[in-house]
Amino acid sequence: MSGAPRPQPVATSRPDPYAPKGLALTLESTGAILLALIWVLPLAYAVWAAIHPAEYTTRFVLTAPLTLDNFARAWAAAPFARYFLNTFILVTMILAFQLVLGTLAAYALARQDFWGRDIAFALILAQLMIMPDALIVENYRTLARVNLIDTIPAIALPYIASAFGIFLLRQTFKTVPKELDDAARVEGASPLQVLMKVYVPLAKPTYIAYGLVSVSYHWNNFLWPLLVTNSVESRPLTVGLQVFSSSDQGIDWAVICAATLMTSAPLLVGFLLFQRQFVQSFMRAGIK
Amino acid sequence: MSNRATATIHGWLLLLPAMACLALFTHWPAIASFVDSFMSTPRARRPARFVGLDNYQQMLADPIFWKAMANNLWFATGTIPASIALALLMAVWVNDKIAGRTLVRMAYFTPTILPMIAVANIWLFFFTPQYGLLEQIVAAFGGRSTNWLGSQDTALYAVTIVAIWKEAGFFMIFYLAALQAIPPSLGEAAAIEGASRWTFFRRVQFPLLMPTTLFVLINAVINAFRMIDHIFVMTRGGPDNATTLLLFYIYQVGFGFWDTSYAAALTCVLLLLLALVAFVQYGWLERRTHYQ
Repeated sequence: MSGAPRPQPVATSRPDPYAPKGLALTLESTGAILLALIWVLPLAYAVWAAIHPAEYTTRFVLTAPLTLDNFARAWAAAPFARYFLNTFILVTMILAFQLVLGTLAAYALARQDFWGRDIAFALILAQLMIMPDALIVENYRTLARVNLIDTIPAIALPYIASAFGIFLLRQTFKTVPKELDDAARVEGASPLQVLMKVYVPLAKPTYIAYGLVSVSYHWNNFLWPLLVTNSVESRPLTVGLQVFSSSDQGIDWAVICAATLMTSAPLLVGFLLFQRQFVQSFMRAGIK
Repeated sequence: MSNRATATIHGWLLLLPAMACLALFTHWPAIASFVDSFMSTPRARRPARFVGLDNYQQMLADPIFWKAMANNLWFATGTIPASIALALLMAVWVNDKIAGRTLVRMAYFTPTILPMIAVANIWLFFFTPQYGLLEQIVAAFGGRSTNWLGSQDTALYAVTIVAIWKEAGFFMIFYLAALQAIPPSLGEAAAIEGASRWTFFRRVQFPLLMPTTLFVLINAVINAFRMIDHIFVMTRGGPDNATTLLLFYIYQVGFGFWDTSYAAALTCVLLLLLALVAFVQYGWLERRTHYQ
C-alpha cells in the first residue's frame, strides 16, 4: 500500500551518535528484555506444560520430571495426521493458485496497455478493504449452492485471487527494465515466454516473501475453515485444535499445550530457519 | 482487428481468472449482502420477500447489536493506540545495539507466527480463576481472586490485552524497517546541532515515521474489526455479550440463528465502517502525511 515502507540496506559502518551508552544502554536493554519475557511467556508456558506431567501444569518446580507423554496423548486425542495433511494441502493449493492468478493479472496490469486497465485495478484493490471475513454469510451460500461445503477447495476458493499478491507483483514487475522485455521479443519470444523467462525469475524475492506471508496466514486462519468444514476429512489443524478447548470432561492443560505446540511447530521451525526472510517479507507485506 | 483491440483482449484474458474469483467471492457477495439486507430470511415454506428497511429497524432496536458496536469501539480504542505505541517502543529498542538484540526481536515477533486459536488456549489458562497464572501472581502479592473472563467488568479488558500482545510485534517490523531507512546523516547532523536524543526522536525520527504510522494505523483499524479468533476460545462472546464484537455477532446471527438477512444487514454495517476507514485513509490522512 502507499505507506508501506521498503527495506533499504543499512549503513552500519558509521557510528550512530544517538546509540545509548553506559547506564542508558543498561536501562534500555533491561526494559527490552523484560518486555520480551512477557511477550514470549505464553509460548514458554506452553513448552513447560507440554513437557512435564499434568500435576506440574500449575506448579513450577525445576526438579519436575520431563515427559513426552502429553504429545502422545494429544496425538491420540484427535486425528492430527489427517489435520496436518489437510492443512498442508490447503496452504499449497491456495499458494499455487494465488501465484498463477496473481502473476497473470500483475503482468497485464504492469506491462500491457489496454482499455479498462485502471477500472480493473481499482476493482482488484477493493478487496484490500473488503476483507473476506466480512463476507462469510454470502460466500457460504455461494459454496452451498455448488455443493462444495465441507471440502478443502471450499476453504481455499475465496482466497485464491489475492489483491495484495497482485498489487505486490505488479509493483515488482514495473521495476523490470523494459529493454529486457524488448530484447526477448526481438529474439522471437511469445508474451507468455517473456513473462516466464524474464519477469518471473527477476521477481523471485517477491515470490518468496509473498509465499511466506500467505502460508503463515492460511496455516493460522480459523473462522472461515470453521464455518465451511464439518468432517475430519476436510478440517485443517486450527479447527481440529478447537475440540480441546470445548471438552466437557474438564480441560487438560498439559495436552492442550502439547497440541498447541504441535500445531504451530512447522511454522515455528520455519521461522527459526528463515528468520531473516520472514521478517523481511513481513516488512514488505502488511495485508494478506 | 486493430492493435488496440488485440491488446484489450489479451489484457482482459490475463486478468480473467483473478477477476472471476474476485467477482465471485468479493464483489458479488458485497452487492448480495446489500440486496439481502432489504429482504426477509428465506425459510422452508416462505421464500425471501422484500421487506424494505425492516432489518435495519430491527438492528436499531437490537440491544445486542448496540452492545457489539460499543464493545468493538472499546476494543478498538484499547488495541489500536496501545499496540502502535508498544510497536514503536519495541522498534526503537531493537534498532539500538542492546544486549541480546536478535533474541529480543524474535521474542516480540513470536505472537505473529503462532495461530491465534492455539495461543488463545494458553491465554485462557492464564486467566483461569483460582489456579491460572495471573491468579497465582495476584495471590502472591496478596490480591483477591478475580474471574477475569467470567466477569462483565474484566472480560473485554482480558480479550483486548491478548489482541495487543498479538499485534504489537507485527507492527514493530514495519517501524523497524522505517527506522533503518532513515539516513544516518540526519542523526549526525542533529548531534552536531546539539539536539538531545528525545529532541532527535520527536523532531526528526517521529515525523519521518508518519507514513509508516498511517499504514500501521489502517491495519490496526481493520484488524480491530476482524480479530475474533480468540473470542471463540476464550469467551464465545460472553459473559452476557460482554465480549461480543461485530464480526462475532455476524457469525452468531448468520450461523447460529441462520437469520441470513439480518446477518446481511450487519455485514453492510461492517462494510460501511471499512469503507469509512478507506475514505479517511485516501481522502484525509494521506494529505496530512509528509513523505520522505
